Amino acid sequence: MTIHDLARGDAKVAYDARRQRLLDCIALKQPDRMPVALYGTFWLAKYGGITCKELMYDYEKTAAVAARAVEEFEPDAIAPFVQVTAAGKSLEAIGFKQLQWPGHGVGDNQPFQYLDREYMKADEYDDFLFDPTGYYLRTYLPRVASAFEGFEDLPIFPGLHYFRLVAGIRPFAKPSVRAALEKVIAAAEEVDRFVGHAVAFNEDMARKGWPLINGAIAVSPYDFIADYFRGATGMMKDLFRHKDKLLALLDKASDFLTRQTIATAKLSGQEIVMIPIHWAPDAFMSGKQFETFWWPPFRKMMMGMIDAGLVPMPLWEADCTKRLEIIRDIPAGKCIYWFERTDMVKAFEVLGDVVALRGNLSPSLMTTGKPEEVDAAVKHLVDNVWAKGGKLILDGAFGLADETPVENVRAMFDAARRYAG
Amino acid sequence: MDMNPQEEALVKHLADMEEDEALEIAKRMLLEEGADPLRVLELCRTAMDVVGKRFEEGEYFLPELVLAGEMLDTIGAIAKPLIKQDEGGASKKLGKVLIGTVHGDLHDIGKNIVTFMLDINGFEVKDIGVDVPVATFIDEIKAYEPDVVGLSGFLTLAFDSMKETIAAFEAAGMRSDFKVMIGGGQIDETVRAYTGADAFGVNAVEAVGLCKSWTGAAA
Repeated sequence: MTIHDLARGDAKVAYDARRQRLLDCIALKQPDRMPVALYGTFWLAKYGGITCKELMYDYEKTAAVAARAVEEFEPDAIAPFVQVTAAGKSLEAIGFKQLQWPGHGVGDNQPFQYLDREYMKADEYDDFLFDPTGYYLRTYLPRVASAFEGFEDLPIFPGLHYFRLVAGIRPFAKPSVRAALEKVIAAAEEVDRFVGHAVAFNEDMARKGWPLINGAIAVSPYDFIADYFRGATGMMKDLFRHKDKLLALLDKASDFLTRQTIATAKLSGQEIVMIPIHWAPDAFMSGKQFETFWWPPFRKMMMGMIDAGLVPMPLWEADCTKRLEIIRDIPAGKCIYWFERTDMVKAFEVLGDVVALRGNLSPSLMTTGKPEEVDAAVKHLVDNVWAKGGKLILDGAFGLADETPVENVRAMFDAARRYAG
Repeated sequence: MDMNPQEEALVKHLADMEEDEALEIAKRMLLEEGADPLRVLELCRTAMDVVGKRFEEGEYFLPELVLAGEMLDTIGAIAKPLIKQDEGGASKKLGKVLIGTVHGDLHDIGKNIVTFMLDINGFEVKDIGVDVPVATFIDEIKAYEPDVVGLSGFLTLAFDSMKETIAAFEAAGMRSDFKVMIGGGQIDETVRAYTGADAFGVNAVEAVGLCKSWTGAAA
């Protein structure tokens, strides 16, 4: 039994109808009405009157607030809300160093923020390329999470054999390695509880008739290396200084990220995979750089996912207008392209016969505008995209911005129902 | 500027992002041939004018600005110790800019690039970091007396932080002493109007253009 079969009776009818709208959009067929997604992270804290820290740490409270929002707005698809918010205890247990989150570097009522740093040095490309797993174990993991500190002393596995294999495991007796293993096991037990709560929320919502907009979350090869390894400026310099090694690592990352994404998505039971995209925007690199470094490894990854029956849903952040013709090169009816600041009408004109679209009410409008302005923005998208045949899933530019007032969320849903069924 | 062939080659390699070649010539000029370090730095600025122009024309993007900054840092580190004391008087700056990321926000990539571009375009820039409390802005402004204050922010929470910060400038009676520009991933005209800033920019070159127009320097 999959998550799609959990609902019964009226809830099952509602679940199937909502899910069918998503599937129709993906397949470029006309749904019975324009679907609207409810997606947000720290917006839930504002909505529920709880702190950002409570949202990240209190599994039950977060699930209850999310469920209340879903019941109030009656969306067609929902975020895996607990999964994308309540990681606080797990982050703490693993000693995660790449984020600052409420109680750990930022105040109790602030969202978590990523720390852009150089987590992989420029002279480590060869190590990473030669043995990604060994590089992870002995170099990368201790750098990004304190629970792994001690893994530096792990043996070099490739080459262990026969009596060398027996002697080779001696490092596991070292106090540093023992302590690290104990911490990792303790962290994994917390992560197990976290994922258990996240899955329970998703299943509870499915039983009540609400399908998810995505299960797994993945990353593009370029963003993977830029954000989580080399850092923003390190990566930009590598485009000139380490071009060949960077291209080799992008290609390799494309392969292992595809495998990992397929495995994670199968576990989630959801075919739609969200892929936040950070480094594709027009301003971040030239067209030639985009076509050399960014797009080929990501396209290969999307093709691998499509072949495995998955639906890639990249969230193209910022303005990607100049990329539209290039990212059009994908089989029709297989993806959802979520745009943040790209003009949706232009995106529809270029991509409307290839992909479903998602978005994109602007954060400045949603946080500082009036309900009637939200209404007008929805009508603009309905008139110029949906009514002209665009398979649009209405949403905020990246879900609901944290500070969005409830009346503007209400205006978004009311306008969608008024103008598009 | 009149240039000999070697100087022309340095400017061309810098402007064309040919780092190895550019650094080789700069090191040779400074360390072997005893070239005037102020002259070498002037050549670097000439190359950066070309980089800025190519950025404005859509040929160059962030990676080129970042690499250009690196090349300038490397050459500057060699050239500056060679400048004789009596020659070292600061060149006339176009104006003073105070810049920081508003409270609640820790992002700094965009702010750092704006700081670099203002610096190489002849402004004196003081960068007071990230997550800057309102009171710190006020204190720093009183001490530094800038012509322009730049508020940076990437998160949507920065909308309110910017509004509060600019309101505090009003309350402190200093709002008319300088111009305020804002920038960051989510900033648009709606946010500018909401915060009460004088202008917003979507990239570092726009920030330079705003500062030049406000300080009377030809854009």
